[in-house]
Amino acid sequence: MASAAQTRTSKRAQTPPSASAPRILRPAQHTVEVVSDSGEGAQKCGQIFGTVSARMGNGVWTVDIIPAEIQPPPRNAAGASGIRIRIGSGPVTNWGDETDLVVAFNEQALAGRHRLNAIAEGATILIEDMWAAHDDERIREEYATTMKELESGGYHVIGVPMERECLEVVDNARKGKNMFALGMLACIYGRDLDRIRDEIAYQFRKKTQEVRESNVALLERGHAWAAANLDFRVEVAPAPTDVPMVVMNGNQAIALGAVASGMELAAMYPITPATSVSHYLGEMFERFGGIVHQAEDEIAAVGVATGASYAGRVAFTITSGPGLALKTEFLGLAVMTETPLVLVDVQRGGPSTGLPTKVEQSDLLAAIFGQPGDAPHIVLAPATIEECFHAMVTARRIAEALRTVVMVLSDANLATGVQPFPKPGLRAEWMGRAPDLSPVPEGLRPYDWDPQTGLSRRIVPGQPGGMFTATGLAHDEGSKVAYRSDINQHGSSMRSRKIAVFQQTLKPPVVNGDESGDMLIVGWGSTKGAIEEAVERARDEGLSVSSLHLRFLSPLEPGLLDIFGRFRKVMTVEINYSDEPGDPYITEENRRRGQLAWLLRAQTLVDVDCWTRVLGEPLRPGAILRAIKQKMHAEGGGS
Amino acid sequence: MIAAACSLLDASVEDDREFELGDYEGAIARWCPGCGDHSVLSAVQRLLKQEQLEPEKTVFVSGIGCSSRFPHYMKTYGFHGLHGRALPVATGVKLHRPDLHVFVVMGDGDCASIGAGHWLHAMRYNVDMVALMLDNNIYGMTKMQTSPTTPQGFSTNTQPRGSYLPALNPIEVMLGITNVSFVAQTAEWAPAHLFATLEAAHRHKGFAFVRILQRCPIYTPKIFMGAVRDPGLIELLVHEDGIDVPELRKLYRTATVHDPKDMDSARRLAEPGERIRLGIFFRDGTRQCYGDVRNVPHHTVEEKLALLEEEFARHVI
Repeated sequence: MASAAQTRTSKRAQTPPSASAPRILRPAQHTVEVVSDSGEGAQKCGQIFGTVSARMGNGVWTVDIIPAEIQPPPRNAAGASGIRIRIGSGPVTNWGDETDLVVAFNEQALAGRHRLNAIAEGATILIEDMWAAHDDERIREEYATTMKELESGGYHVIGVPMERECLEVVDNARKGKNMFALGMLACIYGRDLDRIRDEIAYQFRKKTQEVRESNVALLERGHAWAAANLDFRVEVAPAPTDVPMVVMNGNQAIALGAVASGMELAAMYPITPATSVSHYLGEMFERFGGIVHQAEDEIAAVGVATGASYAGRVAFTITSGPGLALKTEFLGLAVMTETPLVLVDVQRGGPSTGLPTKVEQSDLLAAIFGQPGDAPHIVLAPATIEECFHAMVTARRIAEALRTVVMVLSDANLATGVQPFPKPGLRAEWMGRAPDLSPVPEGLRPYDWDPQTGLSRRIVPGQPGGMFTATGLAHDEGSKVAYRSDINQHGSSMRSRKIAVFQQTLKPPVVNGDESGDMLIVGWGSTKGAIEEAVERARDEGLSVSSLHLRFLSPLEPGLLDIFGRFRKVMTVEINYSDEPGDPYITEENRRRGQLAWLLRAQTLVDVDCWTRVLGEPLRPGAILRAIKQKMHAEGGGS
Repeated sequence: MIAAACSLLDASVEDDREFELGDYEGAIARWCPGCGDHSVLSAVQRLLKQEQLEPEKTVFVSGIGCSSRFPHYMKTYGFHGLHGRALPVATGVKLHRPDLHVFVVMGDGDCASIGAGHWLHAMRYNVDMVALMLDNNIYGMTKMQTSPTTPQGFSTNTQPRGSYLPALNPIEVMLGITNVSFVAQTAEWAPAHLFATLEAAHRHKGFAFVRILQRCPIYTPKIFMGAVRDPGLIELLVHEDGIDVPELRKLYRTATVHDPKDMDSARRLAEPGERIRLGIFFRDGTRQCYGDVRNVPHHTVEEKLALLEEEFARHVI
């Protein structure tokens, strides 16, 4: 994208003169980032850009880059806040590898991304140019030093007078640069300004008319500046589709899915990155009939959900790792009393407070095995934003049918990522029915387990003749406290049996790629897109690699042993920690493995390997591809 | 959500069933002989009979501990859950099913120690239910450990040289909570007072907290022995808007007139004195109920589907 008007990375970026006939690039996909200090609205800019791109028919995947603090110190590489938007001609399933174009509000935020190797060599950088000539000498020096460091990237740096331009429209440029940047992006990528104006009107619907108008004025100013000063455009052809599509993030999809599932009570306690589900849900429930109960703590949240479920329609709770830890006792109680309950865990980095705003998949084993005592239940993980919606409908139905706990494991990547998907055809039966309050048939007991399946019919308060006390104590079919040793054995087997019965109703997972080969990559959750892109690239290079993506983690989907047997090597790819085989002190015996790998090894006795990373970001397909090649090389397999 | 009025008094009995005491009696109670829990159980069953509460529309929620076995001994619906966590469960039941009569039974450790966080917030939520704290001043089920209400100096298995800290005063705690609506204290060895207090609590709209002083014949028989044997150590709080049982006045001759609307007086009377004070310390049936605030319109499945379609339209590309 270099032109005579632009310099290769230089100490002082220069504003190019007016360009007359812009060059047009036509890539199949392009990745853009907007980075700023926290509070400058980069995410809002990127979300509108991503949404409008989806509306114009592009495949889109967005990932928020969020520091843990609300307003960390300004001009700080570690506090960089922003968003990556990858758009494509076809469906985009992950955030890609590196960014092709960056809009940076200051050089420190930009350097933060550069140091994470997030920016492609030769990428175009549009950077605020006020820092180079700032009144503060220290800032001028920082700018010069940092831009020198960035020379190693070989970027095409273009200075943009964002501050000056924005001050023509608003008094506080800090509040306006994001819309100016959106205008520039609209010009570069040929986005429809009317659609953007509509989206601004919607996104800022709770603000004043004055705010909306000044945002539109900033948008138009950014667009005009780019039209006059930038000599390149990027055209990513839209992907035609004949089905109606919707675009949203994973937490919105979970909230919509909860409503579509007929659940009417969500109990939660604020925790990142799960909480925004309840923001959207609270707004919807006000209109749809339903309650978001903000409890005094995580334990109370699951307690309220359990009590509500016991007494009526299935209720749910929403949390993240630290909250999951606090809820474990209640989860065991719900399993023991066979109270249907749905729990959403939007996973973040751990252990402890860990990486509150970043993605990780390290709650899997805690979700399955975290409840003291034997507490069999269902754990499922949506792989896409579309699946976040359907997971809630599925979870409610299973919880009710099996009278047990169903956990939905989402993560920070799905939570804030925006992706288009076909609009679901809503169905009345998804909502289930209100509890039947008719008299209980004579002789029916609260845990009349079918000895074959362990299934029993739920009785709820209000049903005449059904009075019983649900208890966390070991109990018999009548919910009478067990004083005989065989009762606990029987109850345990019944609660376990129904999970096995459910497993038998699942279909074996479908292998992506050839049914047999040198290597099978197994993943779960939000990594599906990145894994499949890596596998496709590996296959293009002639490697015999396929992949498998699991939605049910407990119980595991059927047929895994058979599928694994057709591959020379099976390896999971996950966003959780595992020891590398060559690390000091690490042996086959003491090596801690990826959590799915651990589970698969235990369940199949197949020597499942793993490749995992906990970098606080989604996996990059290029990194997975390198891992595949390295493992195949080490094994002496492949071509 | 099943819409119903918040007040228990408004819940109408639609059938002509006449409930007898036996209709409320569940399993045979397995508490120790002489345990105060027996008299609470008996008083509660008499109350339900008097109020003719439908057993199927009544739920007893409890935590863990001796007194938390309570629901098993009732023939209503019950939820015997986790130590300290009865109140969140009960809140969930009542939020989702306002048509049900909800009673919570907790012990002193259950309510004021491991469940203390929920206890304070339950009072602030002011969900319409009755919460009974059966206070025997000790952890009984786990064999005599100091509880928050154990008198200072009382020797236990965990604090053999005598409990270190001044006992927590649950009445003072409750009176300090924003949006408090009903706080009373009674004793299981004064059945008429116990019954009158339970009746007032049940008829109150809001979160009715009742501390029931209760003997443990195994671990704390001596703590309340003085007051049981000497009625002079009891002081009744009486008022026309409070509890005033004439026959009790014959036995308990010390009575103080206290208007349950008077918070200043309530807080003064809650402080430990020479005598144990029984009665309603505070009552205000006009305080905001969480269930009323969170009352949401009910929609049919068809209406919800239509709204959901509209919602999706906002996300359509």
